[in-house]
Amino acid sequence: MPSSVMPMITPPDRHPSSAAVSASGLRKSYGDKVVLDGIDLQIPAGTIFALLGPNGAGKTTAVKILSTLITADGGRAQVAGHDLSAAPQAVRAAIGVTGQFSAVDGLITGEENMLLMADLNHLSKQEGRRVTAELLARFDLAEAAKKPASTYSGGMKRRLDIAMTLVGSPRIIFLDEPTTGLDPRSRHNMWQIIRELVADGVTVFLTTQYLEEADQLADRIAVLNNGKIAAEGTAEELKRMIPGGHIRLRFTDPDAYRTAATALTGAARDDEALALQLPSNGTQRELRSVLDWLDSADIEADELTLHTPDLDDVFFALTATVPTQSKESAR
Amino acid sequence: MSTLSLAARDTTTMLRRNLLHARRYPSLTLNLLLTPIMLLLLFVYIFGDTMSAGMGGGDRSDYIAYVVPGLLLMTIGTTTVGTAVSVSNDMTEGIIARFRTMAIHRGSVITGHVIGSVLQSVISVVLVGAVGVAIGFRSTDATVVEWLAALGLLVLFALALTWIAVGMGMVSPNAEAASNNALPLTFLPLISSTFVPVDQMPGWFQPIAEYQPFTPAIETLRGLLLGTEIGHNGWLALAWCLALTALGYFWSKAVFDREAK
Repeated sequence: MPSSVMPMITPPDRHPSSAAVSASGLRKSYGDKVVLDGIDLQIPAGTIFALLGPNGAGKTTAVKILSTLITADGGRAQVAGHDLSAAPQAVRAAIGVTGQFSAVDGLITGEENMLLMADLNHLSKQEGRRVTAELLARFDLAEAAKKPASTYSGGMKRRLDIAMTLVGSPRIIFLDEPTTGLDPRSRHNMWQIIRELVADGVTVFLTTQYLEEADQLADRIAVLNNGKIAAEGTAEELKRMIPGGHIRLRFTDPDAYRTAATALTGAARDDEALALQLPSNGTQRELRSVLDWLDSADIEADELTLHTPDLDDVFFALTATVPTQSKESAR
Repeated sequence: MSTLSLAARDTTTMLRRNLLHARRYPSLTLNLLLTPIMLLLLFVYIFGDTMSAGMGGGDRSDYIAYVVPGLLLMTIGTTTVGTAVSVSNDMTEGIIARFRTMAIHRGSVITGHVIGSVLQSVISVVLVGAVGVAIGFRSTDATVVEWLAALGLLVLFALALTWIAVGMGMVSPNAEAASNNALPLTFLPLISSTFVPVDQMPGWFQPIAEYQPFTPAIETLRGLLLGTEIGHNGWLALAWCLALTALGYFWSKAVFDREAK
């Protein structure tokens, strides 16, 4: 496809040339179930983008469409400057995909898996061996290189999976729930790996159901719910939209609880648990002012906990207008 | 790289992968070889004299000549059951999604399976044939041309059954289902002219036995190796091979493309 026609089909945006992924109005349904209901995305090159959402929100479908695995019913998208429907093979040459389910060949060894990728990326034999050795060492798999991949632990399989994806030096990497099912140590290792990828100038598109993960890694986060993007922004921007943060004061003495409840008129009461909830954005400054206020009012709680917004809060906050979701939150 | 050389290179890579699987896990291939070899020994050494007498022949050495060609084709049938299983394994694993998102020749995964399966079929046929020769099978006056024609028939037949097996593997949700779906590939030779001549079967059944894919191929192979009458069976066998290859090819392609919706 001649590159001169590209601007004609690029949807109007601020940085058409630096976008690694841009999509407008992506739609997909299976039968009468709408999975993606018009998704717009704009991901600058060299950044980490997180698509955050619960199971069934359409995250995997979005990745499948953008990685050419399935075709969208409507809308347009460009990946690495190539139109998805017009030049899928050019898109494939620029991307790497690590899906939710391990995409390694369990019957052959880790090294053979890597060499298979080298062959499919049309590297020379020598280059293939060099890249394989380098990546196996980088992902701490050199020792297990000669063992069948089916004998690897979950974390090792995931590392091999990403190592295989990197053989072709992709410019854009899709990671579909890269840490789901991993233990905490493997999860942190994976985060480190993802950060290093971007340091090399690669663009990372990841999906996750963990707010913490998006918070840790992503430059920008889009919250996907019921096939629509409910909110998009940096982690900070999203958190500011969420009123879920609060300070919880718990009392053991009912009298102290009643006194405090009368004094703190802005607090939500939980009479059964003898607990009060004060809205809070979780900053040190605000916490100190609350403590000062409690001291001056001579209130002493037996337990003070700080609750920061989590994924539940994000969803209840961002999806309150969606009928099916509000029914659920009303339960 | 041109489309054709890309296709050739990727197909070679996929073929190497399949042969690596077969070499690393020979038990599946060997298990599939067991059926025709056991049947060969059973029918020759246990039932041989009776079968031979029933067909108006001499002792069991006559029966060896009769039964080996059918069992060679049955070997292809059982080998391709393994193809259905490994295609199904591939299609249900995450690796196929990886292949689909790479800039490789789209059909190379399948073509790799097909070429690998035909090669394995030929090797299996040679092994079963060697057992046949060891227990006394000899061809009668087959010329070089006839030997080559026999080899060509075996390859064509293997190609046809392989494509059908690939289709069966693609529509099977798991290995067990693939193995069950591919049962006709093992079952059809039992109701062909492998063990007894079609004209000794019940009258109503004869047309089924005579015109199903295995019988014309068996009769053609007998004719080439033993000098019996081939008649219209040669053309029938060729037609079956081409028809099954085309059917399996378009079926597999349709299922493979449908997955991308």
